[in-house]
Amino acid sequence: MPWTKIAAERQNITTTDSVNPDVRRGSYRDAILEATRSCMETDENVFVLGEGVDDVGGVFGTTQGLIDIFGPERVIDSPLAENGITGVAMGAALAGMRPLLVHMRVDFLPLSLDQIANHAAKWSYMFGGNASVPLTIRAITGRGWGSAAQHSQSLQAIFAHFPGLKVVMPATPYDAKGLLISSLYDNNPVLYLEHRWLYDMTGPLPAEMYRVPIGKANLIREGKDVTIIAISQMVGMAMEAAEDLGADGIECEVIDLRTIKPLDIELIRSSVQKTGRLVVADTAWKEFGVSAEILALALEDRDTFNALKGPAIRVALPDVPTPASHVLEEVFYHGPEDIISAVKKAVEEA
Amino acid sequence: MSTKSDVNFSPEDLAAIPQKALLELYTTMLRIRLFEEKIVELYPEQEMKCPVHLCIGQEAIAAGVCRNLKKDDYMVSNHRGHGHGIAKGISMKVLFAEFYGRTTGCSKGKGGSMHIIDTSQGILGTSAIVGGGIPMAVGTGLSSRIKKDKRVSVVFFGDGAFDEGVFYESFNFASLKKLPVVFVCENNFYATNSRQSSRQSSCEIANSARAFGAPGMCVDGNNVVEVYKAADQAVKLARSGGGPSLIEATTYRWKGHVGPDVDYEKGARTEEELIYWMKRCPVKNFEKALREGGIVTGETLDAIPQAIFTELDEALSFAIKSPYPKPEALYEDLYNI
Ligand SMILES: Cc1ncc(C[n+]2csc(CCOP(=O)(O)OP(=O)(O)O)c2C)c(N)n1
Ligand SMILES: [Mg+2]
Repeated sequence: MPWTKIAAERQNITTTDSVNPDVRRGSYRDAILEATRSCMETDENVFVLGEGVDDVGGVFGTTQGLIDIFGPERVIDSPLAENGITGVAMGAALAGMRPLLVHMRVDFLPLSLDQIANHAAKWSYMFGGNASVPLTIRAITGRGWGSAAQHSQSLQAIFAHFPGLKVVMPATPYDAKGLLISSLYDNNPVLYLEHRWLYDMTGPLPAEMYRVPIGKANLIREGKDVTIIAISQMVGMAMEAAEDLGADGIECEVIDLRTIKPLDIELIRSSVQKTGRLVVADTAWKEFGVSAEILALALEDRDTFNALKGPAIRVALPDVPTPASHVLEEVFYHGPEDIISAVKKAVEEA
Repeated sequence: MSTKSDVNFSPEDLAAIPQKALLELYTTMLRIRLFEEKIVELYPEQEMKCPVHLCIGQEAIAAGVCRNLKKDDYMVSNHRGHGHGIAKGISMKVLFAEFYGRTTGCSKGKGGSMHIIDTSQGILGTSAIVGGGIPMAVGTGLSSRIKKDKRVSVVFFGDGAFDEGVFYESFNFASLKKLPVVFVCENNFYATNSRQSSRQSSCEIANSARAFGAPGMCVDGNNVVEVYKAADQAVKLARSGGGPSLIEATTYRWKGHVGPDVDYEKGARTEEELIYWMKRCPVKNFEKALREGGIVTGETLDAIPQAIFTELDEALSFAIKSPYPKPEALYEDLYNI
């Protein structure tokens, strides 16, 4: 009874597409595995490194079987040595490899912050573009079942703060595959942040190799009244909220951010200029978060500023670490109903 | 895995240790065992809504080490911390209440099973970040040195944590400053599903202490007397200003990394390995030695489980009758006033 399994299975997974029997489908988990496998098949510089990547469980199934196909030379179980191994991966990247470093939890990334922030992020710039670090780092955000403060964090904001890093957060199987392929072929360090509760979500998943560009958000629902910018797990909830609100006559435009950095501010601004109302739903803390950056960038633009009919609203986590008790988890986390109230408030106040 | 196939207790050792201590070592191990087995029994109800990392099979280490500690000695441990906490003196009531997410839990329901604390017993918390607790024990040791309070600090960590750079940084500092710290590495040969030999080049944890000029001892972690004796030495050395020691105690976790089930069906470890280690049960073998050696009477031994079952029942009913935190509690405790 792995705890994440219970929590994930209890969740009603929202799919953001209508089911078309002619389209190949797959899960978010499959998407990550397929992207990794395809990249390893096409480019021998790609290899996988991380704690338990060769394990029977295969990092919740996302590296499962790779060891049998590619062997221990390219699917490398790592000692528990996050900072050192990040540096090792970076060194391999400097030597022309394309390492995929995998962490079970986003919470373990702070241990490697030195190599990520002081080294990988800066190497190109600090040396006048003479070196590149094509390193992809995967990490998973957990939620629920008392995961508590050290096993549930969403740390996109701290990584997005460092110039030189790219940060992506796919919310659908399609994007999970396309963004991982783009990340692995990017010549820069990319943090690829997943959400554990998306793993069983299914959706269109083409068999071929395709890329989803880093830096492009996705307008997934058009509407004229309110813009909802959603990140990762919040995307499904935003779509659910938009559906409900549509029945009440409020037309939401939903944007799946997909990439945190570089942020697709053009799409955000043009949508807000159309709707005049902005709601941001993030999986992370509100204070000093990505949602703050989005609001700031919206306000810094004259046309967007002029278009705003009322205050923007953020649906993001309160300024406390994650509590364990399920009764507190319920207060701590947000669901579609919180997005609905935020949208209604945005409409009432403008 | 180079551990002897039998758990043998030498008659001299058993004679040298006071009977009261032997009985307490046994009782502590059994309390830990039955506490963990209670979790195994109740977890499928899904009312204990948090991950549980059980230490069944490893009880001798917590019991043997903590029997040498005083109430105000410090202890820091890790995600697999129930046994450490029980051996150091936390009550089962506040543990169960914590696991059931209640406001009477040791962390008021904020931490869950990976985050237990009882400062009144010197338990300063457990980190679920592997290796996270190690330097803290060095810090409490530093405080004891500065305050000359004669306290000893103990940190429990796994063979996985021995991979982490923070171990070396911490052990070096403790040895450099001759701090009163006992480092206890519970080597159960796995970090989740990953074998020690796939992560460590030499697998000689105890020997590494030598590089830092400190003593390292490798003991059979399923033999509570061996653990007790090694910890006795290490604690005395620390308390007398002789600096840190590293105790590597070899053992085996019977259950999966997390949760109440065995894991050999999943293919990570073999059933043979589990059977081998179950024969080396720290609790059963010690009980046998006490019984057959005529050290403790059968009646005394037979009465122990019942007392523990009563303790468990009381602890559970305390937990289940306790209230859940109020929603406002979410915002409390962020800062101390
Ligand atoms: C820094 C860090 N890396 C990885 C993990 C995931 N993780 C949790 S427990 C664990 C295994 C730890 O093994 P060990 O230290 O030997 O303790 P054991 O579980 O065997 O008692 C791992 C890898 C973590 N919690 N923290
Ligand atoms: Mg271990």
